[in-house]
Amino acid sequence: MPYRRRGYNAARMKYKDYYAVMGVERNASPEQIKSAYRKLARKYHPDVSKEPNAEERFKEIGEAYETLKDPQKRAAYDRLGSHRPGEEFRPPPGWETQFGEGQFHFGDGQFSFEDLDLSDLFSGIMGGRRGGGAGAKVRMPGQDYEVTAHISLEEAYRGTEVDLDLQVPEHDEHGFPRRVQRSFKARIPKGATDGQRLRLAGKGGKGANGGRDGDLYLNIALRPHRLFRVSGHDLFLDLPLAPWEAVLGTTVEVPTLGGSVKLKIPAGTRAGQQLRLAGRGLPKPHSGEGDLFAIAQIAVPSAAGERERALYKELAGVSTFNPRGHFVEEEVK
Amino acid sequence: MKFEQESWLNERYELSLAQLCELSGLSEAELRGLVDCGAIAPADPLAREWTFSSDRLVVARSAHRLRRDFELDLQGLALAVTLLERVRDLEGQLRELRAWIPGGSR
Repeated sequence: MPYRRRGYNAARMKYKDYYAVMGVERNASPEQIKSAYRKLARKYHPDVSKEPNAEERFKEIGEAYETLKDPQKRAAYDRLGSHRPGEEFRPPPGWETQFGEGQFHFGDGQFSFEDLDLSDLFSGIMGGRRGGGAGAKVRMPGQDYEVTAHISLEEAYRGTEVDLDLQVPEHDEHGFPRRVQRSFKARIPKGATDGQRLRLAGKGGKGANGGRDGDLYLNIALRPHRLFRVSGHDLFLDLPLAPWEAVLGTTVEVPTLGGSVKLKIPAGTRAGQQLRLAGRGLPKPHSGEGDLFAIAQIAVPSAAGERERALYKELAGVSTFNPRGHFVEEEVK
Repeated sequence: MKFEQESWLNERYELSLAQLCELSGLSEAELRGLVDCGAIAPADPLAREWTFSSDRLVVARSAHRLRRDFELDLQGLALAVTLLERVRDLEGQLRELRAWIPGGSR
């Protein structure tokens, strides 16, 4: 499909060193390139990798491999010369006529490489473009976007809106590929929890020639909370109790995402015991809520005053409680 | 089935085989192959027309990317998808256990 170009003299774009990305020499054989790709893909593929920058790295690797695995694209890339990564450069004169194979049209004096990403250039001139330029009649669905939205527990509880900035490939009205910054406002309804996926239909890239618009997939990641831990839609809270509160029972104020509530602590509460506050967890997507579990912990003052120590000594003298009684029973068996 | 503009991918919604193919990028033959290998299960395998719980879309999209990026054959893909699902399940259980441990971190 034809590409036109504007003002070739102004043609500049940022260089990417695909060989360095793949960790191979410029004269590497196709087998060496394939082998390097396989190793890197195993390490950085977002579906299998735990590396923190996996998604970004794999995008670079995929882009480099797409060009270097194809002899024609590789030759075109090599003819661009060697530059420093990120350096602005200009393809040598005649490059596009040599490698564009009639897909470039010159004449309207409008096209510029300036907005072009190197990958868009190669996918455009060699592989046929993905969008809807002149002559393209195939229905092309828009690209799906997938991003991770980091939200707080409070935001998950109430529902929230997130602002997302994405660099996405698009085509202008003349069919020129370009990378544009798109800002999205995405609504995350209440019901979110860690690891859940939200699909926003039609919020991805625009389809071409009657193809459907792509979708936006949000992977929900909850930020750690200073008090609550999350399991599905249930919340867990450590509840420190003074020894006498645990023995005698009491009523304490417990924080929840919907505000504090009073919780009755039964007399004789043990450390590790879970006290359930039904429906005080995260709301579920369509109806109902998870629960909040307060896990009792017996907290001991780090420094006891003289009077307190005296009372504890008195207690020790009168109490028959043996917390290690089961040790003895085990030994008898 | 019509998706709302925003929808959680969970068991509440069901997708037809054609919808799952369209949204994941898998061909019908690939999807049927993954079902045959037990890597993706329909809601009712005995139904005349298969439907899939919408959370299977996450698995199917992942399968499509793995097949494309690793050039896997169907058997290898089914194995990778099954093992990845198992890892995700175990990670979920680990998260759950950590939440139950007093002083545990996420």
